[in-house]
Amino acid sequence: MNKHLLSAADLSAADVTRVLDTAAHLAAVTDRAIKKLPTLRGRTVCNLFFEDSTRTRISFELAAKRLSADVINFSAKGSSVSKGESLKDTAITLEAMGVDAIVIRHGASGAPWRLAEWVDAVVVNAGDGTHEHPTQALLDLYTMRQRFPSFDGLRVAIVGDVLHSRVARSNVLALTTMGAEVTLVAPPTLLPARVETWGVTVSYDLDAVLPKQDVVMLLRMQLERQRAGFFPSLREYARLYGLDARRLDAMAPHAIVMHPGPMNRGVEIAADVADSIERSVIASQVSNGISVRMGLLYLLLGGPAVAGEVPR
Amino acid sequence: MSGSSVAVMDAADVGRALTRIAHEVVERNKGTGDVVLVGIHTRGVPLAGRLAARLGEIEGRPVPAGALDVTMYRDDIGLRPPGATHATHLPFDLGGKVVVLVDDVLYTGRTIRAALDALVDFGRPRAIQLAVLVDRGHRELPLRADYVGKNVPTAADEAVRVRLAETDGADGVVIHRGAGLEPPGTAGPPARPGGGPPPARSGGPPPAARRGTRA
Repeated sequence: MNKHLLSAADLSAADVTRVLDTAAHLAAVTDRAIKKLPTLRGRTVCNLFFEDSTRTRISFELAAKRLSADVINFSAKGSSVSKGESLKDTAITLEAMGVDAIVIRHGASGAPWRLAEWVDAVVVNAGDGTHEHPTQALLDLYTMRQRFPSFDGLRVAIVGDVLHSRVARSNVLALTTMGAEVTLVAPPTLLPARVETWGVTVSYDLDAVLPKQDVVMLLRMQLERQRAGFFPSLREYARLYGLDARRLDAMAPHAIVMHPGPMNRGVEIAADVADSIERSVIASQVSNGISVRMGLLYLLLGGPAVAGEVPR
Repeated sequence: MSGSSVAVMDAADVGRALTRIAHEVVERNKGTGDVVLVGIHTRGVPLAGRLAARLGEIEGRPVPAGALDVTMYRDDIGLRPPGATHATHLPFDLGGKVVVLVDDVLYTGRTIRAALDALVDFGRPRAIQLAVLVDRGHRELPLRADYVGKNVPTAADEAVRVRLAETDGADGVVIHRGAGLEPPGTAGPPARPGGGPPPARSGGPPPAARRGTRA
């Protein structure tokens, strides 16, 4: 594995399998009386969040704490960033305080790469702009592996606002690495330029795609990032691309529904579909996120501070 | 490959050692009423299963066996590349039980220390005892085994390799002599940081379970 996790493209199939296997072994810690392992005692993880987040930040915090790391939560609001401090100066400050890992979420695509150039700490991308969210892809793959024996030939449809979705980009990278067959379904205006180079199938017709899929992943309509009219109305979008009970019936009986959250109920997913106990694995995605991030933090921080260097 | 190999236990020796250990466990604990077995990954797990079967035959009641992964409790985390983990499965409450920890080779004692830390996170056993197939000496911690299949005096540059039918196709214990010898299939972590003496491997298990010099 690379020192940092910046992109899902950094992970080989063996790396992905190792993270998922480690996560599976660590998942049982949650069921124990003492939900804590001593593994990362004395290590410090900083959650550096420039964008709002509930599940990702709490998930990383719980994962680090279950491995006994010390956790610092930094959010741009209420910090020196609101006084105009730059990302670089913030990074240098954190480095000077001796953090071992920085988990960064930033509105600018590529921010984690710049951060990794400035600091010695391990950098984990927890979402950069509309670019990537690799740990979400890992927890999505973990959730799929709980239901399906192999990724080889697994048919996954990713439906919705692909243009603005870092979840979609990271999932496409990780799923194609693992041999899954990915279909992106969206109105033409919500597909990025050059999507044909991604190695996926593209469709504008959800009803035609649905019956063949093993996994249907809905994406959140990212209204806060949309700066133009990408479709006439939310109601029309929901009618053409929303997963409702009728479309759920059109899916294969074994197929599962996923959503990275937060959901816009009634837009990309109907409330009764989201709450379907048999078909929706959305709640599992959240709980699996902790195990996957534990596995990842162990693999990134459980070795020597610098690979090959004499330990401190 | 340089060096030589000496077989110190064959399949029959391994079987007899386990049978004797089973009888010692029964004698010492006056039965198996509160006894549970916990095997340490990798080869302690099948050994615990075999001991459980023998105890069941001797006492006529089943004795539960579990599997313990100590990777996340090791004292060399951060000193070498992160080792592969295994599933911990303890299908019983440890409270008030007599836990017999089972491993293949007792060497520095560091694995056992990690296992003791791991166990107490699951509950408070009445007592913890230790059973090993081979004690090869060179302890680095104040620990000893309660049940030993065979004491095998070794030099630090020798490797003790335990083979079991479940993991290696056949039973047996072999000492490999000579520096630079890598047991087949052991793509271990790099040599000891700081350029210390070459690691004496205790056998062929994956590096995660054995981590080079530690046992």
